[in-house]
Amino acid sequence: MKVATVAIGSLVALTALALLSPQWLVFMAMLVLAKGVVVLGLLVLMRTGLVSFGQGLYFGIGAYAAALLSHHLHVADAAVMLLAGAAAAGLIAALLGLLLAGYRDIFFAMLSLAFSMILYGLLVKSAALGSTDGFNLHARTLFGVALAPGVERRVFLIAAAVCAVVVALLVHGLLGGHWGRLVTGVRDNELRVTYLGASPYRVVYVNYLIAGTIAGMGGALVALAVGHVDPETTYWTTSGEFVFIAILGGTQSILAPFIAATIFEALRTMASQYAPNVWQMSLGLAMLAIIMFLPAGLWSLAERRRRSV
Amino acid sequence: MSSILPVAFDGIAYASWLFLISAGLTLIYGVMRILNVAHGSLYALGAYAASSLAGVWLERGLPAAGSFAMLLLAAILVGCLVGPLIERGLLQWMYGKDEVVLVLITYAVFLIIEDVIKLVWGVDSLLLPEPYALPGNFLLGDLPYPVYNVLLIAMALATGLALAWALYRTRQGKLLLAVIHDREMSMAMGINVSRVYLATFAVGATLAALGGAFTAPTVAVTPGIGVEVIVLAFAVVVIGGLGSLGGAALGALLVGLVRSATVHYWPEAELFSIYAVMAMVLIARPKGLFAAQEARKI
Repeated sequence: MKVATVAIGSLVALTALALLSPQWLVFMAMLVLAKGVVVLGLLVLMRTGLVSFGQGLYFGIGAYAAALLSHHLHVADAAVMLLAGAAAAGLIAALLGLLLAGYRDIFFAMLSLAFSMILYGLLVKSAALGSTDGFNLHARTLFGVALAPGVERRVFLIAAAVCAVVVALLVHGLLGGHWGRLVTGVRDNELRVTYLGASPYRVVYVNYLIAGTIAGMGGALVALAVGHVDPETTYWTTSGEFVFIAILGGTQSILAPFIAATIFEALRTMASQYAPNVWQMSLGLAMLAIIMFLPAGLWSLAERRRRSV
Repeated sequence: MSSILPVAFDGIAYASWLFLISAGLTLIYGVMRILNVAHGSLYALGAYAASSLAGVWLERGLPAAGSFAMLLLAAILVGCLVGPLIERGLLQWMYGKDEVVLVLITYAVFLIIEDVIKLVWGVDSLLLPEPYALPGNFLLGDLPYPVYNVLLIAMALATGLALAWALYRTRQGKLLLAVIHDREMSMAMGINVSRVYLATFAVGATLAALGGAFTAPTVAVTPGIGVEVIVLAFAVVVIGGLGSLGGAALGALLVGLVRSATVHYWPEAELFSIYAVMAMVLIARPKGLFAAQEARKI
């Protein structure tokens, strides 16, 4: 019941935002939703006890898949692009997951980083894919309905909100049930999970697949919002940013990634306006403060408050 | 083919550079279990400090050969000032945390130093071509080849041998190996583990700065030069096996040769090839070439 309220409430709020707010806010909200979705995937992995420093791989695949459709096949439908982004990322995740699901800890983190850097290396050097400059894309329709140039972004935001809410509900349902228990079991003690008859490899594989697919969707959303893709989407600093947002929010709630992404984007916008030279420094200091004082993320503030009431 | 020799030389020179940086990274990981992302910023600091110091030296009209001493001095200064600052000021409170959390902590340090560099040195690039040009060229087959690269190779060899000697042949090195093997037991035996950590971090930082200092004459030193280095060094260290000095040497050689071969014969695949090597090694040997097996714990 409560879940339904939150879901409908955020949909309504985001729709209102899409229709009423100025263009820059629409753009920012779109970025927040896209990054929130990617970080949601990281949350699923972190519940399994794994941190991927290579989610930029799927983020980039999603973005490029959407952009390639528009640029080379002249598909202009946003829904097709979103689906293609998620599907392309899911496909690669299904392949690489076979390998990565056997790794843990720092090796999982580093190997996923290596794969994202392989894609970065390919993109930077391939002239057909725009090299370091990337290329533009343009989506003109949604489900075949043509959109007027001014309202495109607003409609995309509503589509993004629907995507994000649906994905968040699915993940919430998945982690709230039997699967969620299994996932934390794998994090806490893998060997015992094996003895109980479940396969940690399978758990990690499926979670990796989920994380990759929704990161691809996030990438396609960003491509739609920005109208441009470049190799920076797959660089390790992009992946690091996602990990930062995940740590900022914490892993206790499905809402935490979205709230953390909102704070992150707001701070970034302010910093680039007023203090562009100390943006990374403030990011670093904030990260240290959170790791030291709020190891479970900002969400633990809300939890603490609830407990004291 | 006549181009094999330059390719091999390029590869070995690149490997030497990689080894200088990766040796520090793997040493710090081996002793402290920290995969230090800030290694990239120590590299950058080394490059900046070297450019400034050697720049001042040359401006004063002092003998040009002395600029090499300035590069060395810059690296040692950075390593012995900034290294302990990071270790004592921050990391010593963080031991015992999860390895991945430690990566994030050093990532935060990396972000902070990136901006500190911009604040101190500004965003313009620094150029210091003199030390690179000074030793001149020699003929490799029929190609002129910079002597500077040969100096780099010699320095990496000397550093590697000195590290191995210090680690396996001296009392301090044996204490260090004891700490790597079993931290708590060494503490119980009266080894000052805290001091060992401090020394390790300072040495590791100096090696990173050394890599940066001797890169400074060959490139334009700009903000962000540490960003790419850190993932490269990660790749090398992971290929060799985290914490293994010999592994770092072999990993650096492998990556160096593969890179120079792809750069010469198939330039588009440069970055791709390095990480492809890393992925292949990890697929074949999940913990790297020289990593010790660990017991499973229930």
